[in-house]
Parts: sequence; C-alpha cells; structure tokens
Amino acid sequence: MASPAAVDNWTQEAIDQDEMVLNMGPQHPSTHGVLRIELRTDGEVVKAARPHIGYLHRCFEKHSENVDFPGVIPYTDRMDYVASMGNSLGYALAVEKLMGIEVSPYVQTIRVIMAELQRIASHTIAVGTYGMDIGAFTPFLHLLRDREKILDLFEWTCGARLLYNYNWIGGLSHDVPDGFVKACRQFLREFEARTYPELVDLLIGNKIFIKRTAEIGVCPVDLAISYDLTGPNLRGSGPARDLRKDEPYCGYEKYDFAVPVGKGEHGPLGSCFDRNWVRTAEMAESAKILHQAIDALEKMEKADVREKVPKRVKPNKGEVYARSEAPRGQLGYFIVADGTAVNPYRVKVKSPCFTAMSIFHVLARGMYIADIIALIGSLDVVLGEIDR
Amino acid sequence: MKQWLVDLWEGFFTVLVGMQITWRHLFTKKVTLHYPEERWQLPPKSRMRLFMKYEDCIGCGQCARACPVQCIYIKADKRDPKAPAIFAANGQGIKLDVTVFDIDMSLCCYCNLCTYPCPTDCIYMTPEYEFASDDLTKHLYHFAKPNAKFLTVNPKPPAPKPPAPAAAAPAAPAAGTPPAPKAPPSAPPAPETPPAPAGA
Amino acid sequence: MDLTAQLIGGLGLPPFLVAALAGILPAVLLITFMALGPIVYVYAETKIAGFMQDRIGPKRVGPHGMLQTVADAVKLLFKEAIFPASADKFLFTLAPCLVVVGAFLSFVVIPFGSRVQGADLNIGVFYVVAVSSLSTVGLIMAGWASNNKYALFGAMRSAAQIVSYEIPAVMSLVVVVMMVGSLSLKDIVEAQQGGLPYWIVWRYFPLNVILFLVFFTATLAECNRAPFDIPEAESELVAGFHTEYSGFFFAMFFMAEYTEMVVLSAVASVLFFGGPLAPHMALQTIGGVGLGPFWLIAKAWTLVFVMMWLRWTLPRLRVDQLMHVAWKVLLPISLALVVVIGGLTLVLPRGFPVVDRIVGWPIVLGIFAMLVVGVLRAVQWSRRRIQEMAA
Ligand code: SF4
Ligand code: SF4
Repeated sequence: MASPAAVDNWTQEAIDQDEMVLNMGPQHPSTHGVLRIELRTDGEVVKAARPHIGYLHRCFEKHSENVDFPGVIPYTDRMDYVASMGNSLGYALAVEKLMGIEVSPYVQTIRVIMAELQRIASHTIAVGTYGMDIGAFTPFLHLLRDREKILDLFEWTCGARLLYNYNWIGGLSHDVPDGFVKACRQFLREFEARTYPELVDLLIGNKIFIKRTAEIGVCPVDLAISYDLTGPNLRGSGPARDLRKDEPYCGYEKYDFAVPVGKGEHGPLGSCFDRNWVRTAEMAESAKILHQAIDALEKMEKADVREKVPKRVKPNKGEVYARSEAPRGQLGYFIVADGTAVNPYRVKVKSPCFTAMSIFHVLARGMYIADIIALIGSLDVVLGEIDR
Repeated sequence: MKQWLVDLWEGFFTVLVGMQITWRHLFTKKVTLHYPEERWQLPPKSRMRLFMKYEDCIGCGQCARACPVQCIYIKADKRDPKAPAIFAANGQGIKLDVTVFDIDMSLCCYCNLCTYPCPTDCIYMTPEYEFASDDLTKHLYHFAKPNAKFLTVNPKPPAPKPPAPAAAAPAAPAAGTPPAPKAPPSAPPAPETPPAPAGA
Repeated sequence: MDLTAQLIGGLGLPPFLVAALAGILPAVLLITFMALGPIVYVYAETKIAGFMQDRIGPKRVGPHGMLQTVADAVKLLFKEAIFPASADKFLFTLAPCLVVVGAFLSFVVIPFGSRVQGADLNIGVFYVVAVSSLSTVGLIMAGWASNNKYALFGAMRSAAQIVSYEIPAVMSLVVVVMMVGSLSLKDIVEAQQGGLPYWIVWRYFPLNVILFLVFFTATLAECNRAPFDIPEAESELVAGFHTEYSGFFFAMFFMAEYTEMVVLSAVASVLFFGGPLAPHMALQTIGGVGLGPFWLIAKAWTLVFVMMWLRWTLPRLRVDQLMHVAWKVLLPISLALVVVIGGLTLVLPRGFPVVDRIVGWPIVLGIFAMLVVGVLRAVQWSRRRIQEMAA
C-alpha cells in the first residue's frame, strides 16, 4: 500500500492505474444531506477519502450581524435542524451571560425538559438512520414514530414542530401548556417500556449489526482529543466528558444521571458501534433526567416565563464565549457586541459536527465502501450545522 | 472452534429475536394518518399562516423591524388631521394611513417574532397550513384594503390589554388531553382562521 | 402435460391438435402466472413492510391499495427507458432480458401436482441450478454495460456472491439427491409420499433441518435478498447494478427478482416440504380435484413471506462478511452434512426409524402456536395502549 503522503496526492498523475475515484454524493442516499465525498478506491477498499462540504452554506454568521439579537434565534434553529432546541438554548445562554441575566429556576427546568426531549428526538434520528445505513429499515420507522410524539409535545408547547424559536434571551416564548406533564409522562412510559427495549433487541443487539460496526472506524482516545471530537463521538472513545456534568448549566447539577461511555465490548474501543451505543444509552439517560425534571416542574409554582426577557436586547460592549452540550456535542457561541447597535458585531459558532467531519478522512483510510457509510452515520453529522 | 459456534448461535438467535419483534408489529395498531381524509387537529398555538387585521393596525412598523428576514413591507402616510378619528380594537388611536401592508409568506420563516411587539395585537399566526400554491407570487399577501371600516368611537377608553389572540383561541384542548388528538374526518378547520386574503 | 392431454382429448379433436394444445396451454398458463405473480408479491411486500413498521402501506389505488402495483407497472411501461450516452446499448438491452429469462426458465420443471408439470426433466435439479445462475450473467452484463461505477460495483459484488453461494446451495441439493437417488423433481416429490412426517426435512432429524437452513440462506443470497442484498445495497451503491435503468427495463429487473424468489422457494418446498403433497393424506384431493398446485403455492409463498420478513428485520452484511458466511460457515456445514448424511443413507436409507416420524407435527404446531401467541400479545398491547390514550 502506498504511504499516506502518496495517497493524499490527488493529482491525475498520482492516481494509480488500479485505482478508481468514486464520487459519493451530494445526491447519495446515505451521506446524510448534501455531503460529497471523493473516494479513492482499489476494488472495494478505500485508500483515501476527501470530504467536500459547503453545499448547504447559508451565511449564518454573516446574517447574524444584520439582525437584532432575538432575531438570530430563528437562524440558530436552522443550523442543526434535527435538534433546534439545543442550538437556541446555547445561543440564549451566551447572550444571557453577556448581559448578566439570571433566569428563574422555573424557566431553567423547562429548558432542561425541552433540551432532553430534543436530545431523545435527535438521537432517535441518529440511531435510526444509522440502522438504515446498515440496511435495517424497520427500527428507523419505529423510532420516527416516537420522535413524532416528541414533536407533538413541542408543537403543543410552542406551535412549531421543527424550528421552534422557543428559548429566548432571558426566558422562553411560551409556558408549557396544562397537562404537559401528564402527556410527557405518557410518552416516557411508552418510550421506556417499548421502543427502547425493542430498539436494543432489534438493532443494537443484532449480531449482524454488531459485526458490521464493532470493528471499523476505530478512533483511539488521543486521536479523538487531538481532532477535538466532542459529545457522543468523544464519549464513544472512552472519556466521560459531558458539559452537563463538568460545567453544569441550567441547573443540570440537580439531576442524577450517568454519562454513558463506549466500552468496546464487541471490538476495539472507539469503534462505530461504541459511538452509536453511547447515543442509544444516552436516550435512556435523558429519559431519567426527564422524569426528575418533570417531577420538579410539577412541584413548582407557575411563573412568568418571559419575566426576564429584555424589551430591547442591547448588551454593553463586550464579548462572550458560552458552550453547552447539544445532542451532537459541545456547541459553542462566541459573540461580540460593540455596545452601540442592537445587532451582534460578530457571532461565531463552534460546531460539533464540523470537528467530527474533520476526522473523517483519517478514519476512512483502508475501509470498505460499505463501511464508509457506516462511518458517516456513526459520526452523526448534520450538514446544516457543518456548513451553516 | 468454540468461538465459531458461539458466533453462529448468536447470529441465529438474534435473528429470531428480531423476527419475533417484527412479527408482533405486524399486528399492532398502525399510526398512519390518512391526510386528506383525516386531519391533524393542530394545537391552538400552531404557527402557520400569518394574518393581519388591517382595521386594527396603527402602522407603527414594529413588526417589520422585528422580522429577521424582512418579509413585511409597510408604507404608512400621515393621516389627514382633519379626518374623523379612528381607533384600533384596543382603543389606540390610528394616526397613520397604512397604504401598503404586504407579507411575503414565501420568505417568512414562521418564527413568530413579528407578533410580539405589535401594540394592538393585530398581527398573529393562524393554525391554517393548507395554502401551498403553484406560484410563489401567490404567497405575497396584500393586507391593506382601500375600503376598510374603522372604528370611529373609542371602544374602551381605559383599555386593558386583551390577551394575546393565540392564547384566546377557542379550540384550546382540555387539560390533560394528549397534544394532537386525531380529528374526526369531517373536522372543520380551526374556526378562528379568517378567510384567506386575495392573492397577488 | 398429460393431464391437459386427457382433458382436451375428450373433445374429439384431431390428435396433432391435441398434442399442440397440450404443449401450449400449460405453457401459457404458467407464463401468465409467472408474469402476473410479481404484481401480487410486490403488493405483499409493501404491505408487509408497512405493517412491520407500524405503517399501513399502499392504500389509495383500489380497495386497500390492491391496484397499486398495477398502477406502478403501467407507469413503468409508459415511462421512457433512458439509455445513458456512454452505455453499451446492445448489452444494456440484453441484460434485463437475460435476467428475466433466467428467472422464468426454472418454472418449467417445478411439479405443481402429481401430473401438472411443464416438463419432467430427468436432470431437474441440475437444470434449476444451471438456469438460475443465468440471471447472474445478466446482472454482470447490466453492471458493465451501464458504464457507471456504482453499477459496476454492484455487478462485481453480485458475481462474487453467486459464485460463493452456489456452492453451499448445490451441496445441499446433492444431499437431497443422494437421499432420493434421482435428479428428477418428480421423483423427489414421490419419495415424500405419506403426509407431513415423511417430508425430507424431518429425515435424519435434525440434520436435514440444518440442511434446509443452509439451503434457505443460500437461496436468499442467490436472489439478492436482504440480508444479502449487497449487489443493490441502496444505502451504499444507490441502486447497484440497476442504477441506470429506467422504465420497463427496470420493471424487468424487479419482476425477475420476485420471480426468482418464488421459484427458489418452490424448489425448496419441493426438496424439503413435499412440494405439492398435502400435510395430511386426506387433504390431497377434495372431491376428486387434486390440490397439488394449491399446496405447492402455499408452501412457496410461506417461504417467500419468511424472506420478506427477514428483509424487514435484518441489517445488511458487508462484502467480506458475506464471503465469510459462505465459505467459513455454510460451506463447512454443508460439506459435513454431505459426508454424514451420505454415510447414513448407506446404513439407514429411509431415515432414522422412529424419531423422524414423530417430530414433524409437534414442531410445525409449536411454531404455529408461537406465532399465534405473538399475535395475541400484540393485539393485547394495542388494546391497552388505546385505552391508555383515551384515559
Ligand atoms: S413570522 Fe418571523 S419571518 Fe414571518 S413575518 Fe413574522 S417575523 Fe417575519
Ligand atoms: S406592529 Fe402591529 S400595529 Fe404596528 S405595523 Fe405591525 S401590525 Fe401594524
């Protein structure tokens, strides 16, 4: 096999007679959106891969400079469109930190509930489409059925199913409706009693699935850290790094939950199976947090969720970096305000999917074509967030 | 050899477990909703098409300023001071003649930000979602009417602010019902929805 | 064939006409059955897939969507067949025809009843193996002629797959042929006379059950069904070898796939489950009318259902794992069975004396009971859930 340096030379002359350049995407069924990958293959074996991103670039950061602070929230929703709640929560936290707003515990609890519901919803998509990449269709639709129930809850609360504009700077757009707690419990009961065990039996425990995923895409801890992986991708390699535990925000320190990490029981640690398993286990943990949060919410007095929402968001001159644990990893917002305008001077997003994509070409080397699909799925990238 | 047998057995067994699950699902209740015949009963807060009650607009332009995609176009002239005074439903005097009030729903991102700053609560989102059209220009709604009938007496001089229209929607589900119950096939669209404004 | 001859013979036609009609009529019937079969199978597949995924599948066209596949077929007929500019036109057109022919040819030797058979070739089993790999040639041709990298990958995978899976399949056929002592499918059926306990699958219990599982797995791979559908793995290779096909050429691939499923299931049911023989002697005829075709089709469709069931349950294997399964799992097992059962046929030519006769019914009824329990539990859960939703 050629040395890595030679394989990375993509000029016409450098490509061997036996090699073939295969274009995967942007309209490929399982590149999760509009990712395009150039594969340099020798038969079925991929010698090198080159991801091309940017097909979904919508100038999010530049746009933000031209709308006022609350107006950025609908844009953040559209970055990671599978998990909008997490994005707007991160942004709201950042601006609140910049302006020194402390929200009430009631709002914090609702935020936690929404974030965890969103985490389950996002992971159902991640795990479900992963199963579909491997060839199992049925778990995907079973999970989607449950995701719809979560979206029903969201729609009931704030009127939208996908792009919520729910977490506002200093509060929330709506209080939870009456009966929310009961409906949420009902969802959790069904999810925990039926969907989750079925998913584990039907997909995760399946021997073919394990064989397909447990030995490929192995990402050792030091490689994961040097490429700045975060979230389930990092935890799949072993370290239990979770901002909800390490730097609690929104009162996460009050809840009792575990941080699932990859164990490498079916193969080397940090394989695709481990990353996917972390996501699956996180769904169960989120359900645990939700139970506690709903109980807490039930005991609390109703409060005005827009109490602290400033009439006019105009922070003083300054800059802030705040991060939170979105379903796909650490989502950081760096915001600069110049103190004269109601627009941010600069918004920069540190997106977890972008860093996950950056490790792709390293892990892809020497794989089979079928494993490339499994690798993309296990990194769980959302192109909306990569390209922004 | 032992590993080989274990793998073989595990493979066989997990296939059977999976088959048992899918077999059970063959007979469980299905979740599909037949769309045109059965409709999703949208919760009252649903954010679908925008509606603006022209008679209540005071032309302040706050909605247009709040909109992150700038899809509301307003043009307002000073009202003739000698003309009889007219009022919005909450008692605010209308000082401006709104000559153009267009909302381009094809640009709108349904974020609901325009409805909060409105002083008279005359712009709001309705739970009506079936307004797809084959022509994008049909999504440019003109709300300004030349022959609108304004209130000429102040309806409630010390006006207490009425609740937001979204919260006062009639179809609010009783406490404890699941979020979106299936409507009977003949369910009418949400009663609050005003008639669709004429297209471009 | 002779049955038709007898039927027509009563009409008093000249002998040469009787001979011609006796040849043509069954052929026409068979071809109609084969050609229209996929419409039923595709409908069944969509419905089964839907139900397993808590959906309801097609519903709009006709009652319960029954005409959906008809509508699809008509749509495909009227669509333009697009030829890629750089495709090899001749091979591109020939490939789907070959695939369909390969799938349909095997029908000739399938015994639908004691006397309803296209042709009783004395090399029946050998013939089935030979023609069913004809479609592989078609697949490779399609992949090569499309001049598309994904199609080429699909074709190469399919070639590798068929070459490997043919061997365990043939090995298990060999075992059955050894037991019966004849290559003719008709003789194989006759060797299983006497009802369910006499079917070959119970002979030398449990060796032949394992043999059947090996054969069934290999047939799954041979007709490119999940979990062995790597030649067309839609999440990896877009659509594999038929990526570039459209219109009716595409429909032909579809037809061939489903026909091949039915053919191989029919062969499996002939080899292991007595083919047109009823599970109990009393059910073989009703009022003098032979129920052979009914039993054969019932058995074949049951196996087809299992294939669909598997497809909507399992993930897909990878290429090397596929080879692993073929060469390191199925082949050793089938080779061992050839040796063991081959030896046993010398000692005990009619199978183990007592065991074989008593296991059949309990196993069949046990599987049946388990399925019924599954249904009952599902219905129960569904009910409870509706009540919970209402509360
Ligand atoms: S909903 Fe949002 S995008 Fe639409 S008009 Fe209102 S502010 Fe603008
Ligand atoms: S905010 Fe309300 S009153 Fe002001 S222009 Fe908009 S719709 Fe009219």
